[in-house]
Amino acid sequence: MDIFVQQVMSGLATGGIYASLALALVMIYQATDVVNFAQGEMAMFATYLSWSMLNAGMPYWGAFIATLVAAFLGGIVIQRVIIRPVENKPILTIVIVTLGLLVICNSLAGWIWTYLQKPFPSPFPREPIRVGSVVFGAHDLGEIAVTLVMLALLFVFFRFTPLGLAMRAAAQNPASSRLAGIRVSWMLALGWGLAAAFGAVAGLMVAPILTLDPNMMGGIQIYAFAAATLGGFTSPLGAVVGGFLVGIVENLVGTYVSFIGTELKLTVALAMIIVVLLVKPSGLFGRAHQRRV
Amino acid sequence: MGAILEVEKLEAFYGRTKALHGVSFAMEEGGITTVLGANGAGKTTTLRAISAMVKTGGSIRFAGQPIEGKATEQIVAMGIAHVPEGRGTFVDLTVEENLRIGMYARRDKRSAGRDMERVLELFPILGQRRKQNAGTLSGGEQQMLAVARALMLGPRLLLLDEPSLGLAPLVVREIFRILRAINQESRVSILLVEQNASIALDLADHVFLMETGRVVLAGTSDVLRRDDAIRRSYLGY
Repeated sequence: MDIFVQQVMSGLATGGIYASLALALVMIYQATDVVNFAQGEMAMFATYLSWSMLNAGMPYWGAFIATLVAAFLGGIVIQRVIIRPVENKPILTIVIVTLGLLVICNSLAGWIWTYLQKPFPSPFPREPIRVGSVVFGAHDLGEIAVTLVMLALLFVFFRFTPLGLAMRAAAQNPASSRLAGIRVSWMLALGWGLAAAFGAVAGLMVAPILTLDPNMMGGIQIYAFAAATLGGFTSPLGAVVGGFLVGIVENLVGTYVSFIGTELKLTVALAMIIVVLLVKPSGLFGRAHQRRV
Repeated sequence: MGAILEVEKLEAFYGRTKALHGVSFAMEEGGITTVLGANGAGKTTTLRAISAMVKTGGSIRFAGQPIEGKATEQIVAMGIAHVPEGRGTFVDLTVEENLRIGMYARRDKRSAGRDMERVLELFPILGQRRKQNAGTLSGGEQQMLAVARALMLGPRLLLLDEPSLGLAPLVVREIFRILRAINQESRVSILLVEQNASIALDLADHVFLMETGRVVLAGTSDVLRRDDAIRRSYLGY
């Protein structure tokens, strides 16, 4: 039983990472119908920025916030410079552009920081926390807390601020939003910025576990896809729930199904994507995709 | 009173297809003008051209200032509110959020707050449905919401695209009664595109008639109501 609880907790911890990245994917997908394949690599790049700041002697949380701001601005620049020119092109064109972005981020990080793995610090204490006979990793608990705080902030922003409302409106009905005086194109750019910042949180939280290298986010991105697919690409809540579910399932299957272990874990994510797409393509919380003409 | 809208030799294009062939008309501030015409005559396109939702040529002046070449958002900010065909409701947002969207681009938040109260007085049903998703409203309520949202922009000119479409006669009368009240109390000018010629002529002081992308007849509603061609084609008696 203790092992079960522990595995669920560490499932929630990794799930938080998937949830953050899945939420970033869903935010962009909802606003623009684009799946950003470069989301993970953008997060990795942001994490490297953070690494450089820490190396230069910045305190952890200072670097954390500076990285989020940098990622936010970077997301906006990417939307304005790279995505916007192909905005009205066929969906395949945009997908290829995001794939190109993936490769560019990856190579650029390798070129600047090399492909050698780098240890990355966790802001949380090393000592595990004991509750009764169950032991929790402090980083796991911290990760869950960071994810939940970020989610709460995002919820408050979208639900209660005029700008958040304008962004939701722009995502839902661009033509109508323009007629309400909303600068839709900028709202999309802001969406890319927020998504990039959210992804950066995922990168920062996963780097202490996996150690930092340019290919760090490859697997995470696939889990995030599984999370978004499971929850529904059209539902932010679904992305979050999906993230936590994928994290838990991944951990439990790895623990209790002996032939899977750690080597075949990623296969679980892919299997989940396929099962969801076969059984309920719109995901748990999503709505069936319909395009208004 | 000066002209609120002067349109000269207006052209509009969908891709390479020309939909308007030099439309010219003017509207007085505080007036109500209606555009009549068959389907495909270019009525909706005229409104879309004013709001920069299609590619245009020619000149459009709003309150004396040229607006051609400006983006939709800028034109809206200058004081032109457009209630599009199909109402443009944000169906997944609540009624109140729909109205707040109208406030977003405004700088004078205080008078926007007053406008919210005013709009809810005009459309009490929207107050009752405040927290409801706009997609759950009836067609008539959604049309009211669309007009209310446009009023939240604090416009000087309201462009209305077939507000009566698909609604029961009683609801249509109610909406037109409110439109008249808005026009009389707030001096908001209205440019109305309508299929329902008889109710449109009752509301409007000026009329122009469009055919295949051109204005073919223009005048006051009293004069045009007595015009035989109008009577036979659009009023049906």
